[in-house]
Amino acid sequence: MERFTEFVLPYLDAAHNLARYLMRDAYEAEDAVQEAFLRAIRHFGGFRGVDGRAWLLSIVRNACFTQLRRQRSGGEKVEFDEEIHSHEVELSAPEADLANTIAAESVRAGLSQLAVEFREVLVLRELEGLSYKEIAQVIGVPMGTVMSRLARGRKQLLLVLGANAKEND
Amino acid sequence: MEHQEVIDRLSPFLDDELDPVASREVERHLESCPPCRAGFERQRNLSESLQRDLEYHRAPDMLRERVMRDLRAAGRRDAAPAPPCGSAVALAERGRGRVRGGGGAWIAAMQWRGSGDDAIAREVVSGHIRSLMANHLADVASTDQHTVKPWFAGKLDFSPPVTDFAAAEYPLTGGRLDYLQGHPVAALVYMHRKHVINVFVWPVAGAREQLAPPVTERGYHVIHAAHAGMSYWVVSDLNAQELAAFVRLLTAPA
Repeated sequence: MERFTEFVLPYLDAAHNLARYLMRDAYEAEDAVQEAFLRAIRHFGGFRGVDGRAWLLSIVRNACFTQLRRQRSGGEKVEFDEEIHSHEVELSAPEADLANTIAAESVRAGLSQLAVEFREVLVLRELEGLSYKEIAQVIGVPMGTVMSRLARGRKQLLLVLGANAKEND
Repeated sequence: MEHQEVIDRLSPFLDDELDPVASREVERHLESCPPCRAGFERQRNLSESLQRDLEYHRAPDMLRERVMRDLRAAGRRDAAPAPPCGSAVALAERGRGRVRGGGGAWIAAMQWRGSGDDAIAREVVSGHIRSLMANHLADVASTDQHTVKPWFAGKLDFSPPVTDFAAAEYPLTGGRLDYLQGHPVAALVYMHRKHVINVFVWPVAGAREQLAPPVTERGYHVIHAAHAGMSYWVVSDLNAQELAAFVRLLTAPA
């Protein structure tokens, strides 16, 4: 367990931060993180790499998505589709003009309106500072997908912020 | 590079994830194309805003303790090849109900955590009472933070933050050395109206920002907070609201 303490435990904060943004609920996030750590402890024997953060975060996001799917079942089941989800927002809304600084509150609110798949890449990139390669490892998709998902996520967040700003006028 | 190609590459360009050739092409295009440059500025501002304005949610202490318990339990299980079926991990895994906070592990962690904090709260109140009874409030009696702070130097292996809040009617009146949890700690003394407030401070590695709700112990209110690498235990017979207001002052970002 000493190796676990050295390679994985330091990323508990990162794990919690990611879970918090995916679940959008403090209790759910803590549950998901504990669940993920139990899995991580159990499977640590299979950890061969040096990047404990990407390894842990992939377990955390899987725990979160399992929990989210459980919540959704019962309701209608919508699989994530990059194309469909990129057009959810009314495209007539102008992108938010962020030439000047934007209110912190509206950025937080805007992010929470995005599909969880977009929140995920944005948090991993902007808050965790991961490279595309690391993000690809965490979420288990090719790097090209990371690139397009981030671009779409940003585009969509700008549209959401623009639409919100228009509403508040 | 065509217009649309550039637009498609703004996001990876921003993230410095383009190969050098493509990166130079985007750069060159941006120099000569105001609309694309405006698009890029929007993306860059968004990115800066996300990094600056989104909260980084560090793991709460209670979660850390839940995880540490699981880890210790797994360590014990490794040490004993044939674990009893009621081992802590098994219990925790079974008890992790989906009801909020209803999981057995969560409750167990809370009690475990609670007992540790209770013990400190009791010690803190004892320290507070001792300081009043023995008429030993301060080793250095001064309302000047620039006198109190240096006094601790050489007596402790850390430098406690010392600020006078006289303007907010919580004047500093002195400081002394005290002993908590087997360690020497700094005790700062403040007054509010006629009430003495003792603030026990010591450093904690990797502490997460925290402000716990007031607890009552032998008629005294005790509030625990963690801020900027320091653990604070604040005790007084002052009412809980005013004491909480004081702790917020104490732990406000400089």
